[in-house]
Amino acid sequence: MQKSNEELLKIEHLGLQRNGREILNDVNLQVFVGQVHALLGLNGSGKSSLAYTLMGCDGYKPDRGQIFFAGRDLNGLSLTQRARLGITLAWQEPARFEGIPVGKYVGLGQSQPDRQGVVDALEAVALPAKVYGYRAADQTLSGGERKRVELAAVYAMRPRLAILDEPDSGIDVLSLTEIAKLIRQLSHEGCAVLLITHREELLATADTASLMCYGSVIFTGDPEETREYYTGRCRPHLETLGAQPWQEEINS
Amino acid sequence: MKSSPTLQHANSQRPGWADEMAAMQDAYQQAGGDPKALQLPEVATLVVSANNVLAAHEIPGVRFEAESIDHGVRARIFVSPQAKIEHPVHLCFGVIPAEGLQNIQAEYDIGDGAQVKFLAHCSFPNATKVEHVMQARVHIGKGASLNYTEEHYHGPSGGIEVRPHAEVTVDEGGEFITTFSLTRGRVGLLDIDYQIDAGPEAKVEMITKAYGTEEDRIQVREVVRLNGDKARGVTKTRVAVRNQALSEIFTTMEGNAPGARGHMDCTEIVRDTAEARNTPLVIVRDDQAQVTHEAAIGTVNRKELESLLARGLDEDEAVDLIIRGMIR
Repeated sequence: MQKSNEELLKIEHLGLQRNGREILNDVNLQVFVGQVHALLGLNGSGKSSLAYTLMGCDGYKPDRGQIFFAGRDLNGLSLTQRARLGITLAWQEPARFEGIPVGKYVGLGQSQPDRQGVVDALEAVALPAKVYGYRAADQTLSGGERKRVELAAVYAMRPRLAILDEPDSGIDVLSLTEIAKLIRQLSHEGCAVLLITHREELLATADTASLMCYGSVIFTGDPEETREYYTGRCRPHLETLGAQPWQEEINS
Repeated sequence: MKSSPTLQHANSQRPGWADEMAAMQDAYQQAGGDPKALQLPEVATLVVSANNVLAAHEIPGVRFEAESIDHGVRARIFVSPQAKIEHPVHLCFGVIPAEGLQNIQAEYDIGDGAQVKFLAHCSFPNATKVEHVMQARVHIGKGASLNYTEEHYHGPSGGIEVRPHAEVTVDEGGEFITTFSLTRGRVGLLDIDYQIDAGPEAKVEMITKAYGTEEDRIQVREVVRLNGDKARGVTKTRVAVRNQALSEIFTTMEGNAPGARGHMDCTEIVRDTAEARNTPLVIVRDDQAQVTHEAAIGTVNRKELESLLARGLDEDEAVDLIIRGMIR
C-alpha cells in the first residue's frame, strides 16, 4: 500500500447544529494520503453527518471549526468545488436515476472520458460491463447492485479522498471481498479513504480507526484496538443509555 | 438522400417527388428515425408530407389505404388477423415549409391475434407557424398487440401546435402500449387527448414524455377506462418545464369491472418560473377494482442532485442530466 505521512484532511473543532440539536461536537480528525481511516460508532453517533459535512451537502454547514483539505480551508466551497478538488462521497443509500445508464453514471466523475476506465471500475465491483453498462441506474437495480455501482463511480473518478458511507450494508458476503479489494486498490493508488463501516471484513482494510460517540470522536488508534474499545466498553455503556439525543433527527 | 428505386412508392412520378422525399427523410432522421428503414423492402412504410402521400409500402399482413384531403391525409391502416409483423411499421409525418396545416385522419385496425409495432416519427424542422392535427381511431382486436411509439422533432422556433387525439378500443385480451415523446426542439403547443376503453383482460400502458422551455404549453388529457374484468392500465407521465413553460396533466383512470387494476404515475420537474399542474382523477365503479396514483411535482430530487455534484458536475449540468434521463 502506498502510505505517506502527508496530511490530506484535517478537521479541527468541528461543530454542527441542526434544528437546535448538537449533531457534531468538537470533532477533530486527521487523514493522510493513501490511508484507509475507518469510522466506527453506533447508529446516530454522527458518522454520516460528518460525511455530509465534509462533502458540503445542503443543510450540513458547520457552525464551528474548520476543515482543511491539502492545506486548503473548505469553508465556503460548494459541493461541486469540493468534488473538483478530489473529494467524493458514496452514499449509504445511493440515489436512483431514471434513464441514466450505469456506464454513463460511473464515468461522470472522470476528468477525461475513458470507456475502459468505466469497464474496469465495474469489473472491480464484480458487475460485468456487458451486463450492467446499459442498464439504467434506477429502481430496477437491487440495493446491493446500486451500492456497487456507486463504488464503481467513486473508483472511476480517481478521487484524492473517498468518503464511503457504509459500503457494506446490503451487500452479500462474496461481494464484500470485492469491495475490500477495491478499498485497498484505492489506497494503493494514493487515495485516502474515510470508511464508515460496521463490518469487520472491511475494518481489516483500515490503517487506523476512530470511534464516534454523541457527535464527537472519542478514540483514535489501531483498528483492532478501536474495535475492542467500541465493542468492549463503548457499546455496552451506550446501550444502557438508550437512543442518543440526535438519533431521531438523523433518522428523519 | 434519395429513396431506393426498388420500392414502389406512391406518386413517385410526380415532379418534385424525389426532392420532397429526400427532405422528409432528412426530417425523419432529425426526429430520431433511421432513414434506411424507409428503404427496406421488408419494412412497411407510410410517408406523408403535408397532404402528400409520398410512400405507402405494404408488406404481407400490413395494408394501407391513404388519400390526400384538404390540408392533410386520410389513412386507414390494416393489420391482418393473426399476423405477426417482424419489423416495426414505420410512419413518417411532417411539414417541411415554415408554415402549414397537416390534418391526419387515421384509422388503425389491428386484427384479432395480430402482433405489430409502429414507429412513428413526426418532424417539423422549420416550423414557425405549423399546425399538426392527428385524429385517430384505433381498434385492437381480441388477443392482438399494438406497440406504438411516436417521436416528435419540432425545430427551435416553437411556432407549432400539435394536437394528437385518439380514441382507442382494446378488445378482450388485447394489448396497447404507447409511448409519446417530444423532447427535442421546442414543444410550442402540445395538446394530447387520448381516450382508451379496455375490455376483459386487456392491457394498456401509456408513457408520455415532454420537455417544455420558453413559453411552451403542454397539455395532456388521458382517460383510461378499464371496462372489462381483470383489465389492466398504467399511465406514466414524465414532463420537465423550465423558463416560462406551462404543463397541465389531466389523467383519469376508471376501474369499472371486477379485478380491474390501474395505476397512474406522474413526475414533473419544474425550473425557473415555469409551472406544472397535475390533476389525477380516480374513478372506481366496482368493489373489486383498484386504482392507485402517485405524483411528484417540483424541483429535482436533492439527493439525486448532490450525487451528481459529488462527481464534479455543476448544478446546471446535473439538473440537465436528471431531466434528460427522466424523459429519455
